[in-house]
Amino acid sequence: MSNPKLIVTSSPHVRDVDTIPRIMHTVNLSLIPAALMAVYFFGIKAFLIILTCVVTSVLTEWVWQKVRGKKITIMDGSAILTGLLLALTLPPRLPLWMAALGSIVAISLGKQIFGGLGYNPFNPALVGRAFLVAAFSVEMTSWYLPGGADAVASATPLAAMKMSGIATDYWSLFIGNIGGSLGETCALAIILGGIYLIYKGYVDYRIPVGYLGTVAILSAVFGRDPIFHLLAGGLMLGGFYMLTDMVTSPITKRGRWIFGIGAGLILTMIRLFGGYPEGVLYSILLMNMATPLINRYTRPRTYGEVKR
Amino acid sequence: MHVKTFKQGIHPAYNKELTSGKELKLAQNPAQVVIPMRQHMGAPCDPLVQKGDTVKVGQKIGDSQSFVSAPIHASVSGVVKDVREVEIGAGGKSLAVIIESDGQNTLHEDVRPKGDLSSLSAEDIRMIIREAGIVGMGGATFPTQVKLSIPEGKTVDTMILNGAECEPYLTVDHRVMLEQAEEVVYGLKALMKAIGVTKGYIGIEDNKTNAIKVLTEACTGEAGIEVVPLHTKYPQGGEKMLITAITGREVPSGGLPADAGCVVNNVTTAVAVTKAIREGMPLIERPVTITGHGIKNPQNLIVKIGTSVSELIEQAGGFNGTPGKVILGGPMMGPSAHNIDVPVQKGTSGVLVLTVNDAQDFEPQPCIRCARCVDVCPVFLMPITLANQSQHKMYAEMENYNVLDCIECGSCSYICPAKRPLVHYIRLGKAEVLAQRRKKK
Repeated sequence: MSNPKLIVTSSPHVRDVDTIPRIMHTVNLSLIPAALMAVYFFGIKAFLIILTCVVTSVLTEWVWQKVRGKKITIMDGSAILTGLLLALTLPPRLPLWMAALGSIVAISLGKQIFGGLGYNPFNPALVGRAFLVAAFSVEMTSWYLPGGADAVASATPLAAMKMSGIATDYWSLFIGNIGGSLGETCALAIILGGIYLIYKGYVDYRIPVGYLGTVAILSAVFGRDPIFHLLAGGLMLGGFYMLTDMVTSPITKRGRWIFGIGAGLILTMIRLFGGYPEGVLYSILLMNMATPLINRYTRPRTYGEVKR
Repeated sequence: MHVKTFKQGIHPAYNKELTSGKELKLAQNPAQVVIPMRQHMGAPCDPLVQKGDTVKVGQKIGDSQSFVSAPIHASVSGVVKDVREVEIGAGGKSLAVIIESDGQNTLHEDVRPKGDLSSLSAEDIRMIIREAGIVGMGGATFPTQVKLSIPEGKTVDTMILNGAECEPYLTVDHRVMLEQAEEVVYGLKALMKAIGVTKGYIGIEDNKTNAIKVLTEACTGEAGIEVVPLHTKYPQGGEKMLITAITGREVPSGGLPADAGCVVNNVTTAVAVTKAIREGMPLIERPVTITGHGIKNPQNLIVKIGTSVSELIEQAGGFNGTPGKVILGGPMMGPSAHNIDVPVQKGTSGVLVLTVNDAQDFEPQPCIRCARCVDVCPVFLMPITLANQSQHKMYAEMENYNVLDCIECGSCSYICPAKRPLVHYIRLGKAEVLAQRRKKK
């Protein structure tokens, strides 16, 4: 038999079906309920903010890759995800140009400046949000109750609690009929998406459980209402979608517990004792910084290691 | 059914249905065999015959003075055509004895029954196994007799037969267990006697329920022997995983199975032991699965050592379309060959032909640190960290991160959504760490 021309590579010769685009697009899909709820509560303006952020993020990624002469990978879904997540952290009446600027910063300073996907130390969407909070503090803290064009200005439940001691009822918090940013109002939609991602194996339950659990326990310890603190603000969105970002969270199982619990500690300290009503943003960015260190000190025990 | 297992691991597509229902058939007699002198771990053999000699089936044609080695025998009768270097496996070279068959398959005088198991001592059994040239037939090809020589100061109480067959596509162990259950159990008893233990296990993955049933029946009334159903998960048949799944013990880092009180042998190896004792037949043939969607008529064949892989492909109906890859062994750990005109060896458990479509090479993407490699590694390493260290030549760090404990099962590369060749980098780094260690000594 004559020798055919054969492909030669090192083993293994079979691979799992999952790819990066598949993971990213699945996460994007799982955010659709939250995005729809945002549009339902805040109207067309919410839709425009989401659209602006997604389109600007993808375009920014394209420009970076074009200028640097790299392969264009805008279809891998990661830039869409950054845009989507950033949009969901923005207030419903933010001027669109500010949303666009935030997206440019998220992709540029949050991701591409480090070398693109996989190399960024911080969650890109939150880098974008941190920039917007610093640059446009008034616009970024102007909240409205849901209700379309005639929306009335309102404080967020956390701010109401912090400044005036007014509690919001659980049901409103759960469904999202409250003041807040686009995606952080409806806890139900976020939890549904988050559970789907845990089921798919794209999110390790240790991170949200560690994060939310710590917040609940600590608020109870300090005599606050744990359920209110779980449902209010961006905790659900942050806990299921941002703290769990694969690139910026630890790679060890023990590390993910420490990471989640650490973020919960920081968040509770900010909410209860800090100057801001909300602490999701900084709790995540600060823990992102600790990720390499956590990886280093939580190496799993190798098979056969200790029992010598 | 209660199944045992190890922690982590992967669930690849098994594709065993291509051949799992096909009985073992004798392959056609080859007109010529190319028998390499290097078919096992350890020292290669020196040829004992020269060009022009007449040889018979079962005649020893190669041996070595080294302890870690196994003699090699003629698989056909006929005339030695040449003794020269040939290409073997996926790119290796070895001296080989090339025999032209006379078509008679005349047995050599040494091939005769070695007596009853009850009359043989442990030492006798070990000598029979050595002289029969038996090596681990799961693919590792470690000389069986060496495994059975327990080092001074170590106590072993358990013999485990590996019938997990966790590599996708391969079905030879499955067929052997179904069709030669009695020989498997006899071989296990011989192996247990050779190391003086009274506890024997046969571990079988639960995707082979018929084999579990047949062997459980074959073991009834055998004291101390137990069939253990195992969860179908790769690499369940890895020596360390198997020991942990069945006994709950862990092989210490850098140690041998004997350090966990166990010796592990493949079920097909056990059958070879049975033949060596009952018939006096050395290891001259072995079952091989010829499979994959790139093969017209996948088969389980009993093949004479030294038969060309290309002949087996022809006997299995030839290529189905354009072949992409030919893999010697399973798809997880088998090497891919560039030349199919290489001989079947003692460790060749399968010939897997992937179509061009199945054999697409994957373009690596940037790592997104999803840590699936960490989550599946059966020895709990951090594959992505090791692979990065290897790419940056950080060999001291690799040693510190226990790279030498890597069993090279390939689970990390399999699961990686970025399709990074993780185990490839780790293998390179591991070789470098070992080389630097040798230099220091």
